[in-house]
Amino acid sequence: MDVRLVSFRYGGTPALEDVSLSARSGEFVGLVGPNGAGKSTLVRLLAGLLAPERGRVRLAGLDPSSAPRRQVARLCALVPQEPRLTWPFTVREVVMMGRAPRQGLLALPGPLDHGAVEGALRACDLVNLADRRIDALSGGERRRVFFARALSQEPRVLLFDEPTAFLDLGHQVAAMRMAQAAARGGLCVLAVLHDLNLAAAACDRLVVMSRGQVVADGGPAEVLTAERVREVWEVPVWRGENARSGAPVVLPEL
Amino acid sequence: MTSLRGRLVVLLVAGAATVLAALAFSSAVGPQPISFHAAFSGVEPDHAILLELRLPRALLAAVVGAALAGAGVALQALLRNALAEPFVLGVSGGAALGGTLVILAATLAVRVLGPGAALFSEGAPVALGAVAGAAASAVLVFGLSRIQGHPVPETALLVGVVFNAFASGLITVLRLLVPPEQAARLLYWLLGTVAYQGGGTILAGAVGVALTLALLVLFSGRLNLLTLADEEAASLGVDVRRTRAVIFFAASAATGAAVALSGMVGFVGLIVPHLVRRVAGPDHRLLVPTSALFGAAFLVMADALARLLFLPLGTEPPVGAVTAFLGGPFFLWLLRRSGRPQAGGFA
Repeated sequence: MDVRLVSFRYGGTPALEDVSLSARSGEFVGLVGPNGAGKSTLVRLLAGLLAPERGRVRLAGLDPSSAPRRQVARLCALVPQEPRLTWPFTVREVVMMGRAPRQGLLALPGPLDHGAVEGALRACDLVNLADRRIDALSGGERRRVFFARALSQEPRVLLFDEPTAFLDLGHQVAAMRMAQAAARGGLCVLAVLHDLNLAAAACDRLVVMSRGQVVADGGPAEVLTAERVREVWEVPVWRGENARSGAPVVLPEL
Repeated sequence: MTSLRGRLVVLLVAGAATVLAALAFSSAVGPQPISFHAAFSGVEPDHAILLELRLPRALLAAVVGAALAGAGVALQALLRNALAEPFVLGVSGGAALGGTLVILAATLAVRVLGPGAALFSEGAPVALGAVAGAAASAVLVFGLSRIQGHPVPETALLVGVVFNAFASGLITVLRLLVPPEQAARLLYWLLGTVAYQGGGTILAGAVGVALTLALLVLFSGRLNLLTLADEEAASLGVDVRRTRAVIFFAASAATGAAVALSGMVGFVGLIVPHLVRRVAGPDHRLLVPTSALFGAAFLVMADALARLLFLPLGTEPPVGAVTAFLGGPFFLWLLRRSGRPQAGGFA
């Protein structure tokens, strides 16, 4: 995954200015920054949902905004911030939707599809819920379903738009563990995150964005300094360190 | 859990059996009792009553019912709401307006070019006008109800109601411009009747409807994804704009064909998919073909029951009146249900 000097604007409002970023397979990259910094825009560009105004985006050599959608979907999965479902499909049916880019027009599933779906259900601890209706699940369980749908796409790049929003601590940790496991399994994982401590604890690398630009990119310990957080988020913080893991910890000073 | 294929086979067999039963029932009902045995051995008048009156009428109702139920499912997927339906959204009204405009144009052409131009007031040109009118109104209604790129169901329903009123007002005015005898025919056509079409027209209509339904079946896997948010569907490999255009076309063509064949028959596309969804679930790969079959059976039965109930009066109501009588309350019930917070969008 590679982004070179990309710029984008919505109407006349610039959202990204000369952003460059690259990530390898097996890496778990956290994208952090204040609201409106351009994180979601960058994710949309990577997923090919938007085309850059200048610069170029490549996923395994492919331009995601001009390549056929099915081809992009076999390469890159997006777990949306607010997935929406009009009708109460079952968990298994929703996860099977991830196989659509590999199926024909009629979308009749074959053995490979069933195998991928069962694997994704196991990886997300959904086997017992597989035949439940999605509207009967809790918010955290529902998140897992959309994560499993992305896994069943068997992508090489996995994009998350705020995977931990509105989740309790237990479900937040579970979501980060699933993302970590996906990266260990060889996927390139990029997640927009708001909880800096969770991001610092879970990610291999953090990319800080502010006002449409990348202002820092590196290991959590070197990126999350007290000064940078104060500058970017405009909040005074105390910065410490997890004595056991060495991960940085930042706490706002009220 | 049984497989998708297994469930599809069971539903299709049940649907086909229901259609056949409805056709048999409808053919048996009428002022003159007939014997199927006699009719098939060529005994008159049973033979003529069955093959020239009752069976064509039942088959026409089946074609129209299948088209309207299929269009209903497609429009519900596009609007992401169970209240969408060709009649409610003004698509049927647009089709009627399109057909009426062609008839009017043909009348004017007769005055200018001579009687030969009367050809254009029949069959195929009217059907094409209806399809074009359906497509134009569908695009208009959906276009006007998009807010920040997403169709808002409540707005679409309001726009549909307004467009229906507009179209019927315009049709009333246009009717004044054609000769009285043709105006009377126009009025009865628009009321929604399956009584008067010849075998050739029914066959042509059946072929057209079958083609559009086949298109919807082919795209039924993508219809599932279209019910998600646009970006979600795109990230799952759907070319959203192109797919939506295909579904719009199929829904408009099915509605246009139905309106050209039988005028404005409302609510079939609302009642049937809702009931089928309760049994088959929300998967469009099951929902599209099953709704088409049960839509066919539903309209055949609606027509047969209307004729049966009005038999003592020696008259019969147009089938559009019957479906409106059933569909109006059903729509209100669905509306109340979908308004409840826990039901959410899952009506």
